[in-house]
Formats: sequence, structure tokens, C-alpha cells
Amino acid sequence: MYDIENYYNASTIAEAVELLKEHPDARIISGGSDVLIKIREGKFAGTSLVSIRDIKEIKGVERMESGDIYIGAGTVFSHITKDPVIRKWIPVLGEAVDQVGGPQVRNIGTIGGNICNGAVSADSVPTLFSLNALLRLSDGKGGRTVPISRFYLGPGKVDLGPGEILTHVVIPEREYTGYHGHYIKYSMRNAMDIATLSCSVVSRIDAEKGILEDIRITFGVAAPVPYRCIKTETALKGMTVGEELYDAIEKLVREEINPRDSWRASREFRLQIGGEIARRALIRTAELAGGDRS
Amino acid sequence: MKKQMQLVQCTVNGKKVAEYVDVRESLLEMLRNRLGLTSVKKGCEVGECGACTVIIDGETIDSCIYLAVWAEGKDIRTLEGLEKNGELTRIQEAFIEEGAIQCGFCTPGFVMSATVLLERGEKLSREAIKKQMSGNLCRCTGYQNIINAVEKVMNENTDLKKERKETGKTGSGNPDNKE
Repeated sequence: MYDIENYYNASTIAEAVELLKEHPDARIISGGSDVLIKIREGKFAGTSLVSIRDIKEIKGVERMESGDIYIGAGTVFSHITKDPVIRKWIPVLGEAVDQVGGPQVRNIGTIGGNICNGAVSADSVPTLFSLNALLRLSDGKGGRTVPISRFYLGPGKVDLGPGEILTHVVIPEREYTGYHGHYIKYSMRNAMDIATLSCSVVSRIDAEKGILEDIRITFGVAAPVPYRCIKTETALKGMTVGEELYDAIEKLVREEINPRDSWRASREFRLQIGGEIARRALIRTAELAGGDRS
Repeated sequence: MKKQMQLVQCTVNGKKVAEYVDVRESLLEMLRNRLGLTSVKKGCEVGECGACTVIIDGETIDSCIYLAVWAEGKDIRTLEGLEKNGELTRIQEAFIEEGAIQCGFCTPGFVMSATVLLERGEKLSREAIKKQMSGNLCRCTGYQNIINAVEKVMNENTDLKKERKETGKTGSGNPDNKE
């Protein structure tokens, strides 16, 4: 039996917002693979819950006429990986969330929960940063849209106000068209483990001229919140694709990220791995941009 | 903490079930304690070991981190629902043939994960099988024999499919091989 004080079920966004306002101490639960475990551990023991898992409007993936891709916050990882829109337009995101936990967890865990629990090791988040994703938050009135880069306030802390829920993750058309991405998770085990360090590189390469036109590099677990390597990105833009570029990303990333020592891994180890996985991810995106060398 | 009871109506192993459950109860507890389905093992209770794996609407989940009230309207399958007329399914037989069982505690969970995989009817590489079975832990066998069993049945299924294609026969055959 879980130590839950009260359980409320919302079937629409409006109902969820109302319940959250009525019960300000209640926590939102969606897939449950995070919240239930924290209740079991005692961290959230005695909490009240507002379930948003029956809200149909926040499930599934849709590509709008504008080309913008809307991902419902309640969509589970395995459905994102299998979704035809994701596979066609932003395969890197489907590949990234396919590295969460194990198959059973990927069948219940949601992308919205992955974002809102604020964990710096979340597997979906570095890629969403590199895709300049927007988060659509609802408060029962107009709501607001926040770039994901501004959503993380500190370790485990996100910019989600009382009575607010994340309804959709939006990837604007201009942020993915012409881009290729690759996510690398470094962990001690291949499955059922959280990232020691992770990196998502999304790049736009002019394959004919061999020029790196744009690049976004985001790390998980390299700082208290997911970290975009803006300095490295600026320095690399315009470079010719090749060994010199790959050496540069490796070196610059090591100068820019600031990982910590923890029982999982030392700072030195994370710096070493960080340069390496950024390099490998960029090489992979270059291969993808070059055609069918996969 | 308050007792808050709620009616849950769902299908379990093909039978309609209506149970009053505590909202704080996990599906694992409902299946074991209320329905007596003790193949669903209580292992880590934090979604790591997969011993409590059941199939809901065609997908595996860890029933320890799934509230019983969420089962409303769902189609749930446990190991007890696999055998037909006292016959084991092919994957259960293959577990025995390959010596994929030692203490047996993880076995129901592994069989459920394998069942979903085989019912999809895809042919996967050994590496891909490992990835799909990675949400279940076994502390005895070292996994090799478990993967061998899954690989064996997967090969048989795809051979059957090929055979049917070649002989032009359709329809019946292996019930585990839905398409």
C-alpha cells in the first residue's frame, strides 16, 4: 500500500487545474514511475495526488499544418519512439527516450514527467534543449509558453507554478528542418540505469560544401541543470566538417562543462567522457547529414 | 492516511472482474491479494526487477508501480492466463528445454516480457532481444539460457511464417504468432 493521503482524478485539463487550486499541497502524478517510487522511498510519503493520466488531450504526437510538432505531455516514452511523426522528423528524440530505464518503465513513464521532475539526468531533456523545444503550460486561463532552456531553475526545481500543468512540448518547424541529431547516454549499465553523463548534439550541415552551419550541444549531468554549451557552439559554427572540427568540439566542451564529483563518477572522469561523447555525437550527425552512411 | 475505496472493472486473463480496491493499493497487491494471482511476484517494489511484470493492453508494465485504480477498463494478462487446456505455451516449454529457470522467482516476469515480444511476430537480433528483456532481472541463470529460449521460439515462429508463405497456406497455425 502506498502512503497516499488523498487521490483525485482529473479527466480534463480544466479539472486538473481546478483540483490543483483546491488542493495546493497535492502533487501531480502522470505515469507514476517517478512519483510512486519517491512515495515508497519516503521522500513524498503522505502526499496527496492529482492524477492527469486520464486526460486524453495531452496524449499523442501531432504535426500541425505549420510543421510544428506537438507532443502531449502524457505521451509515454515507448509511444514516442514508435510514433511515425517522431520517426520521420525528429528520430533523435525517439532514440533518446528509448534509453530510459527498461521496456516496462518506457511503457508507463511520460515525457512530461521526465521534464517536470527536474532531474538533470532525464534522457529526453538534452535533446529537447538541442531542439529548442517550447513548453506549453496551462493554468485554466490563457496559459503560457516557455522555452525549455528557461524552465530549469535548479536541481529538481522547475518553473511550474501552483495550479499549472505542462500540456504539450512543441518543436517548432524551423528548429528541426534540415537538422540531424544524435544522443549518447553514458551509464554504468546499458539498461535500468541513469546517465552518468549524457549529450545530445543537433546540427545543420551543408553536405555539399561540408560546412557546419549550426550546432546545438546539450549535456545532462554536467551541471546542476541541463547545460547548453553556447560558447562551444559559437566557436564551431562555420567550421569545415572533419577531424579539425571533431578535435575542437572535444577540447572546447571539456573547457566549458563543469561536472561535479559524485559517488557515480569523478569530475575528471566526466570531463574525459564529455569530450568524447560530444565528439562521437557530432560525427554521427555529420554521417546522417551526408546521406546513407548509417 | 484515509481509506478511500473505489470500484475497478477490468478484464483479467479474459474474465471480467469488478473489485473494490483501496486507492493506495498497487495493481500488484490487487492481483495477488484480491485475485490470488501469485505468479505476479513482489520483488523490489520500485520498478527495477520486473518480477511483477504483467501485460496491460498488449504492453508490459511493472505492476508494483501501477495503482490498482488505473486498471479501470484495461485488459490485463498474467502468467496464469497463458496456458490453454492444461498446455503450456511454446515459450514456457522453451524455458524448460533451455534450462532457463533456476529458483523460478523471476520466471513469470520473464515469460510475460517474452510473450509480448513473440506475439509481435518480429524477428530480432540477439542484441535486440536482450534490450527488450532488459527490464527483468535474474540473479541465478546469468541470462544466457533465457535469451536462448526466446531466440529459439522466435526462430521457430519466423520459420513457420516462411513455410506458410511458401506453401500458400494462411490462417491457423501457431496461436502465438499473431500478425
